[in-house]
Amino acid sequence: MSTHQVENLPIAKALNAAMDDALAADPSVLMMGEDIGTLGGVFRVTQGLKETHGADRVMDTPLGEAGIVGTAIGLAMRGYRPVCEIQFDGFVYPSFNQITSQLAKIRFRSDGRIDLPVVIRIPYGGNIGSIEHHSESPEALFAHTAGLRVMTPSNAQDAYSMLREAIASPDPVIFLEPKRRYWLKGDVDRSAASTDTQRAQVVREGRDLTLAAYGSLVPVALAAAEAAREDGRSVEVVDLRSISPLDVATVEASVNKTGRLVVTHEAPTFGGMGGELAAEIGERCFYSLEAPVIRVGGYHMPYPVAGVEEDYLPNIDRLLEAFDRSLSH
Amino acid sequence: MAEQPETQHPGATPGRLRRVSILGEDGRRGSDPEFDRYLEAVTPEDLKAAYRSMLTVRRFDDEATALQRQGKLALWVPSRGQEAAQIGSARAMLPQDYVFPSYREHALAYERGVDLADMMRVFRGFSGGGWDPRAHNFHLYTFVLAAQIPHAVGYAMGQRLDARLGTGHGPAEGEQPPSTIVYFGDGSSTEGEAHEAMVFAASYDAPVLFFVQNNQWAISVPFSTQSRLPLAERAAGYGFEGIRVDGNDLLAVQAVTAYALEKIRRGEGPVLIEAETYRLGAHTTADDPTKYRTREEEQGWTAKDPLVRLEKHLRLEGVEDAFFEEAAEAAQEYGRGVREAVLAMEPPQFKGYFDTIYAEANALVDQERAWFEQYEAGFEDAAQEDTR
Repeated sequence: MSTHQVENLPIAKALNAAMDDALAADPSVLMMGEDIGTLGGVFRVTQGLKETHGADRVMDTPLGEAGIVGTAIGLAMRGYRPVCEIQFDGFVYPSFNQITSQLAKIRFRSDGRIDLPVVIRIPYGGNIGSIEHHSESPEALFAHTAGLRVMTPSNAQDAYSMLREAIASPDPVIFLEPKRRYWLKGDVDRSAASTDTQRAQVVREGRDLTLAAYGSLVPVALAAAEAAREDGRSVEVVDLRSISPLDVATVEASVNKTGRLVVTHEAPTFGGMGGELAAEIGERCFYSLEAPVIRVGGYHMPYPVAGVEEDYLPNIDRLLEAFDRSLSH
Repeated sequence: MAEQPETQHPGATPGRLRRVSILGEDGRRGSDPEFDRYLEAVTPEDLKAAYRSMLTVRRFDDEATALQRQGKLALWVPSRGQEAAQIGSARAMLPQDYVFPSYREHALAYERGVDLADMMRVFRGFSGGGWDPRAHNFHLYTFVLAAQIPHAVGYAMGQRLDARLGTGHGPAEGEQPPSTIVYFGDGSSTEGEAHEAMVFAASYDAPVLFFVQNNQWAISVPFSTQSRLPLAERAAGYGFEGIRVDGNDLLAVQAVTAYALEKIRRGEGPVLIEAETYRLGAHTTADDPTKYRTREEEQGWTAKDPLVRLEKHLRLEGVEDAFFEEAAEAAQEYGRGVREAVLAMEPPQFKGYFDTIYAEANALVDQERAWFEQYEAGFEDAAQEDTR
């Protein structure tokens, strides 16, 4: 397949292309998860991979998340690069022990002797009208765990490049896929030079206020910035991309220019990434800040039923309200 | 005194598997029509070597307990009583086999060639892992119970994939295919990860041996609370073979392990072995077994001490005092060496730990390392000021 052409792909297909290319490029890459083979995954993100690369390398596993992550650790010790799919965000907790106490810590425990190049793909986030456990945003739990990298793309090109880089990384990566954006299309150049996935990107330039977002909320952030423009406000939007480590420097540079920061995510505000960013920016930009950092996130509430999720999720109006508050200072 | 818990559940059933036993408590060697042939290659010298290992680790174990009492180790986890289960099984393995221990497998570690002084670094608080797992095909201790069981199954899945995918990691021409052996206890057998691991192993025909040392007690909770059935019986539920063995019988353990590994190498695994043994000491140096088990029970198991049993056997076979004296001296020497190594240990540099969290450069780690270095340098500057 030619890799020098730009294709217009939805995020799901860009992820599929990344896995397809990674499997083709490196015989030690394996895919494993529930329903990822014959069915192609419940979101069809792994569609066709088993047919192309065989059942030994694209494994329909038994139904057990601790088993999936636990055996992936063993496979990685043996020299493989497993890419695990956890079917939904809320299903990751049965493997929490394996992820936080083992996957994250074995390199450290072994004094750096054992690398674990394991990727855990998790479709995450809400607004898909689903039942309980299918709409959560657990990124802060993993970001709080040293030894893991956590990243989330917001567009098709990043979905491709970031997943390729996650698979190539010698470190464990929690790869959060914004499931409500799976069908958001964008140009993908498979030959594009590898991006530095630890870096945030300014996706819209502005002067009056910085808005930091990631994953599914980047399109919402861009729409809010556009709406603010109609009110004569110039909002800069930063797509964080990497949750751990957080690229604070890029946000810092932006805030030193705009003097204001709003940060948004679907996950609950309390103990979330917004609080971490607010603290860092408070320390670094104390003399540039014109207003307190404002967080716009989920409430300290279990993710609610789909019928009311619109009220739970950050949206354009809540972001505009936050801009007002910030700019009132 | 509170009512003593029973080690047998009132609803317990004996199951259908016999307990394989070859060496009697009196040291006499019986015969087992099924498993004798797996001992054909075992020479008298082999048995003496096994005895030396068992004695050495027993001595080491006592030394480690003493070091903990003297404040040199944060904690110690005695292995006394379980030496035959570990050394018998280890002596049936090949160097290319990969072993995942739990955390009481000191005899196993010794038999795999780990310098137990390195292990002391872990309990001294000076190392997270202690040894290089790849140097001995012996993984690090895992302190969250049962978490290592799926790791072993994944490793074994990889061994099988090596052959199927032709990755070049497979056995060389004429070399026996490798297998994986994972150790855990009766307490760990209850963890969900043990169950998931066995399902995965069965589904992927993983060349793995599950080796359960049932030492009857999960700290203070008796086996009766973990299972109504011998654990070996559970294998049938997963569709593979289970074997019960007297875990204090070196010969029986070695024979059944050799049988199981041969079967696994033929691609007919997995297999589960339950070695019935007893933790003669405390769970750890922070434990007090008098609070939960009777002296009578302990005395009953002391009579089954695997080391004593092997000594009786060797004496019946005509091994003379000189051998036992020499073995005891060598064990003393090893224990002394470990003590000296512990006393000479230096703590690691904290700063180095910033380098082992991730393999790749990481902005947050770099930031925190830089801060720490600056903070440390501040003290050095202050010290220089003081000396001026």
